Amino acid sequence: MATKQMLFSGFGGQGILFAGKFLAYKGLLEEKQVSWLPSYGPEMRGGTASCSVIVSDTPVGSPIVSNPDVLVAMNLPSLDRFEDAVVPGGLIIADSTLIERKVKRDDVKVCYIPATRLASDNQLGNLANMIIVGKLMALLDDYNEDGINAALSKVISARHADMKDVNLKAITLGKTFEEE
Amino acid sequence: MSEKILMKGNEAIAEAAIIAGCRHYFGYPITPQTEIAAYMAKKMPKIGGCFLQAESEIAAINMVYGVASAGKRVMTSSSSPGVSLKGEGLSYLAGSDLPSLIVNVQRGGPGLGGIQPSQSDYFQSTRGGGHGDYHMIVLAPASVQEMAQLTVKGFELADTYRMTSMILADGTMGQMMEPVSLDFDVKPAPEKPWATTGTQMAREHNIVNSLSLVPEELEQFNFARYDRYKIIEENETMYEEYMVEDADIVLAAFGIAARVSKNAVDEARKMGIKAGLIRPITLWPFPKAPFKAAADHCKAFISVELSMGQMIEDVRLASECKRSVYLCNRAGGMIPDPKQVLDSIIKVNGGNE
Amino acid sequence: MVVFDKPHALIDVPLHYCPGCTHGIIHRLVAEVIDELGIEGKTIGIAPVGCSVMAYNYFNCDMIEAAHGRAPAVATGVKRADPENHIVFTYQGDGDLASIGMAETVHAAARNENITVIFINNAIYGMTGGQMAPTSLPGQVTQTSPYGRDVKHCGYPIKVCEMLSELEGPEYLARVTVNNVKNVRAAKKAIKKAFQNQIDGKGFSLVEVISSCPTNWGMTPKKALEWIDSDMIPYYPLGVYKDRTAEKEGE
Repeated sequence: MATKQMLFSGFGGQGILFAGKFLAYKGLLEEKQVSWLPSYGPEMRGGTASCSVIVSDTPVGSPIVSNPDVLVAMNLPSLDRFEDAVVPGGLIIADSTLIERKVKRDDVKVCYIPATRLASDNQLGNLANMIIVGKLMALLDDYNEDGINAALSKVISARHADMKDVNLKAITLGKTFEEE
Repeated sequence: MSEKILMKGNEAIAEAAIIAGCRHYFGYPITPQTEIAAYMAKKMPKIGGCFLQAESEIAAINMVYGVASAGKRVMTSSSSPGVSLKGEGLSYLAGSDLPSLIVNVQRGGPGLGGIQPSQSDYFQSTRGGGHGDYHMIVLAPASVQEMAQLTVKGFELADTYRMTSMILADGTMGQMMEPVSLDFDVKPAPEKPWATTGTQMAREHNIVNSLSLVPEELEQFNFARYDRYKIIEENETMYEEYMVEDADIVLAAFGIAARVSKNAVDEARKMGIKAGLIRPITLWPFPKAPFKAAADHCKAFISVELSMGQMIEDVRLASECKRSVYLCNRAGGMIPDPKQVLDSIIKVNGGNE
Repeated sequence: MVVFDKPHALIDVPLHYCPGCTHGIIHRLVAEVIDELGIEGKTIGIAPVGCSVMAYNYFNCDMIEAAHGRAPAVATGVKRADPENHIVFTYQGDGDLASIGMAETVHAAARNENITVIFINNAIYGMTGGQMAPTSLPGQVTQTSPYGRDVKHCGYPIKVCEMLSELEGPEYLARVTVNNVKNVRAAKKAIKKAFQNQIDGKGFSLVEVISSCPTNWGMTPKKALEWIDSDMIPYYPLGVYKDRTAEKEGE
């Protein structure tokens, strides 16, 4: 991996920023160069939220991801808006519980994962984001448990330490999910 | 080096200010910099400091004036429309030779404008921001690490030269998270015998003042201030050069525009175009020397800005108009992407050789 | 035996105020209070923009010149820089305090900022040559109300003490005047209380002093002092508008 440019997008409240922050921290702990940039403004309060995450072996230039290697779309407006921006050969992960249509492009890899349904079926509340993150790390061949544990400890404050287990469960669930 | 942590640019500024010994913060909420106030509101009461939400930006800058008069490190932060309101105070701080730190996390303008990133307060900042002959030291961070580092530096410079330092950032710098190390050697504040802390009946009274009704006298104050500015220009100018040495096309960009430009320079080099970047870190004093030197070997300059073209004037002045200076810009809260900058490089280069 | 001496807190230089202006009396009262309370060494005064802009040349304590109307905000900064050791007062005219600086005044009062405010109300802008002030009386002729203040056109004068007394914040609000010996004595008592309150940590104390401006009122000094009685005080009654400590003790 030289530079991985990732874009997470969905509704406010789906944990888009948190998922991005987790991956940025994981990168940092693995001694990569990282940046995390949220969209900000009124969309934070219920509209579309997105965040750019870059994990790289070399210093990060622009922190803005306009052409992602990886797009995580957690709602339809996000897929509509960013599908065409993904680099050829890139990866799109779509939450198929909330996005009924298929990806139109045929020059990218696509993974449909019903993350929102999986979360509710497994009593994982609103952790669809972390189920997707689990799948994402598996698909990128970047799944290492020590790194995941360490990064979770960074992004979950000590006060909410009990949340670590459910996050781990969600990540594992995403990793082992097989597309039908 | 201490452990790096992920931090938002705005929070890095706040924490660095505390590390630099700032215990007084006054501000008024405005997007996209409110995290600074929120951080201070949480932290200051725990360390014996003072966070106070002022009734306006005008009041906030005058509270800064009060603490600065009393000789302590103090700051305020705002975003473009709020900084306009502070303009009066900035002028008084300059006229009274008071040290302080002001943060402007810029957003698109004019007027109420928008809340997305911008660099369109370049003129306002580098030319002083208020009425009268004066400058502020204007520092332009291009990473979260620099947001922290230049905050510490800003306090030190402010105290050394008895003037205002401004951190001129933008929405992306404020909102983005990057790894940051907060391990700083902070220069302690110098003695401030001029401060109004009470005479203790042991000295003549101190007066902090910018009024001077005798023009001959006021002229001398201005001369003295500009003598000081000259020393700053000689000693404190900061910039970064990236692949400038053999460059045909030299970009000029600061803050987020410099980050985007670096990507474009890399892409251009891959295509065989010799591009380079000069990134001013101090916008005032503007780093004239590297532009003058580059003008001897480059074909042209491109000023990359999130404005309608403001720094471009300083690039022209610094390069003494020896080479053409082109503008590559977005405005109103839009950010140029590396592709746009690359296209601009190709065009100015006369195609891809 | 010395029976009359210059207060130490006042510097022995000629004041620039017009003949018959009451700024001199009020400066002296503030200085006497500073002397009597023994606080000169820890006092920082904030001068306004207006006639008393150069008050920093007259008081012996440390002084700061503030932007027009901003003295309460500057005072807030100075006070909070070292709340235990700084005694801070502002000295402001009516244009400064009640027009351009009204927001700063109201919010300092609302915060019960532990400062002392000396508010000089002479119903006119003196320094700029006699324009209408926020406190100019209905019908009052000034340079910018040449046909008399028309309340239908430019509204009513602001009664600062009455207005601030509606706030929970302030500790002490009083209106006094200095147009005769008896009133001067009462004014000094109020000013002293306003400083003592700060020393005791009680909070925002404002003394409004109804003053004269013979030059811009177009009157002799004597007539101006009489005009205070005949025209100013009926609109701006003297008295204590808020005294939280006294209220509590009375309960």
